[in-house]
Amino acid sequence: MNAAQIRELFPILNQEVNGHPLIYLDSAATSQKPRSVIEALKHYYETDNANVHRGVHTLGSRATDAYEGAREKLARFINAKSSQEIIFTRGTTAAINLAATSYARSVLSEGDEIVLTPMEHHSNLIPWQQAAKATGATLKYIPLQDDGTIRLEDAAAAITNRTKVVAMTYVSNVLGTVNPVKEVAALAHKHGAVILVDGAQSTPHLKVDMQDLDCDFYALSAHKMCGPTGIGALYGKKALLEKMEPVEFGGEMIDHVDLYESTWKELPWKFEGGTPVIAGAIGLGAAIDFLEQVGMDEIHQHGVQLAAYALDRLSRLDDIAIYGPREGRAGLVTFNLGDIHPHDVSTVLDAEGIAIRAGHHCCQPLMRILNVTATARASFYLYNTEEDIDRLADGLIRTKEFFGHAIG
Amino acid sequence: MQLDDLYRRVIMDHYKNPRNRGKFEDDGVTIELNNPTCGDKISLQLQVQDGKVANARFVGEGCSISLSSASMMTDAVKGKTLEEAVAMAEQFSGMMKGEPAEFEYEDIEALSGVNKFPARIKCAMLAWNALRKGVEQADRG
Ligand SMILES: Cc1ncc(COP(=O)(O)O)c(C=O)c1O
Repeated sequence: MNAAQIRELFPILNQEVNGHPLIYLDSAATSQKPRSVIEALKHYYETDNANVHRGVHTLGSRATDAYEGAREKLARFINAKSSQEIIFTRGTTAAINLAATSYARSVLSEGDEIVLTPMEHHSNLIPWQQAAKATGATLKYIPLQDDGTIRLEDAAAAITNRTKVVAMTYVSNVLGTVNPVKEVAALAHKHGAVILVDGAQSTPHLKVDMQDLDCDFYALSAHKMCGPTGIGALYGKKALLEKMEPVEFGGEMIDHVDLYESTWKELPWKFEGGTPVIAGAIGLGAAIDFLEQVGMDEIHQHGVQLAAYALDRLSRLDDIAIYGPREGRAGLVTFNLGDIHPHDVSTVLDAEGIAIRAGHHCCQPLMRILNVTATARASFYLYNTEEDIDRLADGLIRTKEFFGHAIG
Repeated sequence: MQLDDLYRRVIMDHYKNPRNRGKFEDDGVTIELNNPTCGDKISLQLQVQDGKVANARFVGEGCSISLSSASMMTDAVKGKTLEEAVAMAEQFSGMMKGEPAEFEYEDIEALSGVNKFPARIKCAMLAWNALRKGVEQADRG
């Protein structure tokens, strides 16, 4: 895989920011989009735009075919058994909320437990807090080790016959930890619980396989994997989805409507009330084509290599704290530079055209465990190179100089 | 974009040597404010006597801009009436939008450069928003 060549396929990366070539190191927040995805959106609006599953005219069929084609692509991409198991949502957050509201609230009752990890994104935490409050269930956490990982024996101890739901991220957006979700899924199933996997950070970087992981629900966002914003999906095992009630009611999701009663369409449409994000789904399909062309194994390798390179390069800087495991991390590095606040680090880097993320990364409980209020994060994707990381390291050295100078 | 426009020496001085940092023994009005987008926090205490801010202190976690802004604000409001304090907060908020502003406590003007760094305006505003809330609270109570 040639990252420098791949970069050429992303129009946005070919620009200067504050007088320097842009180095985009914030892909874990959202990835950039290749020309092919932008073109797919444009093509759809210029030639095929129509509402789906309505009307019988030609454009309507084209739009419907493209929209449903995207669903099939995604089903294949994550190796779902059937495209009926793919529900399009606004993104990961909406997908988790759908599962937590429709599935979890109907099965949870007082005394039941929801097992989580402390590294969850707010999106995979608050829906469960709310479900717990609504049902009288309680939350329970698998403890985090100092190296930013969880241990299977701790998961085994946390998951009991009282557990109804396990919710866990596959890849941490702060620590880069890759969690053993397949093994945890087996533990959950042993106790009759279901597992929801937050795939926001894993789907862009790893080859994911629903049948191999054997997870019950899986949430993802297109915008982190070269696709557009506003679209993502909830994967769910068919048997579970069939039992679940829709949470949004209206057009598109109904079978038969009477004045006082209505019935729902079959899967997956019963969960997709209203006109869906048609262009977004088509853009997601184009993103999947793009990722598959490059190759998910190659993308994964590249991310691991860059993370290892960044870890090595940054850990040589004086006074830097790096969070998360040393080994086996996905493509990101989270750090703090002495007592310089991450906002200040980010502003100085931005002046050099380097975009990183600063803040709590929607993981306030994790920040408390790390005993910081905020961190800086550089995250990598298929268009980043080792030179980008060299520039980051140089930028950090200058940040220290600047603050040393400005403060002194 | 000039970093020196943002990180002026006065700002760095307040950041490194914050004025009025710490809590009062007997607390007056206390306001806790978060900046949910980035995790910055301030806890501001105002002691109000005869319609005036007799004393102001803060504890907080944040970047150079939010902490220096809190340091300056707590110095600047001392001895001001509640109306004057609110007017100062308004003026500060105007300065963040690029409006010209003059302050009796001149250090504050060093923060005018933040205006060119839109992502940092909320950092600078945190302490002043806490001040506005504090005045409201003092008025009520
Ligand atoms: C691990 C994780 N979960 C969930 C989300 C939420 O994704 P979205 O904002 O696309 O719904 C993110 C993205 O910020 C994430 O990194």
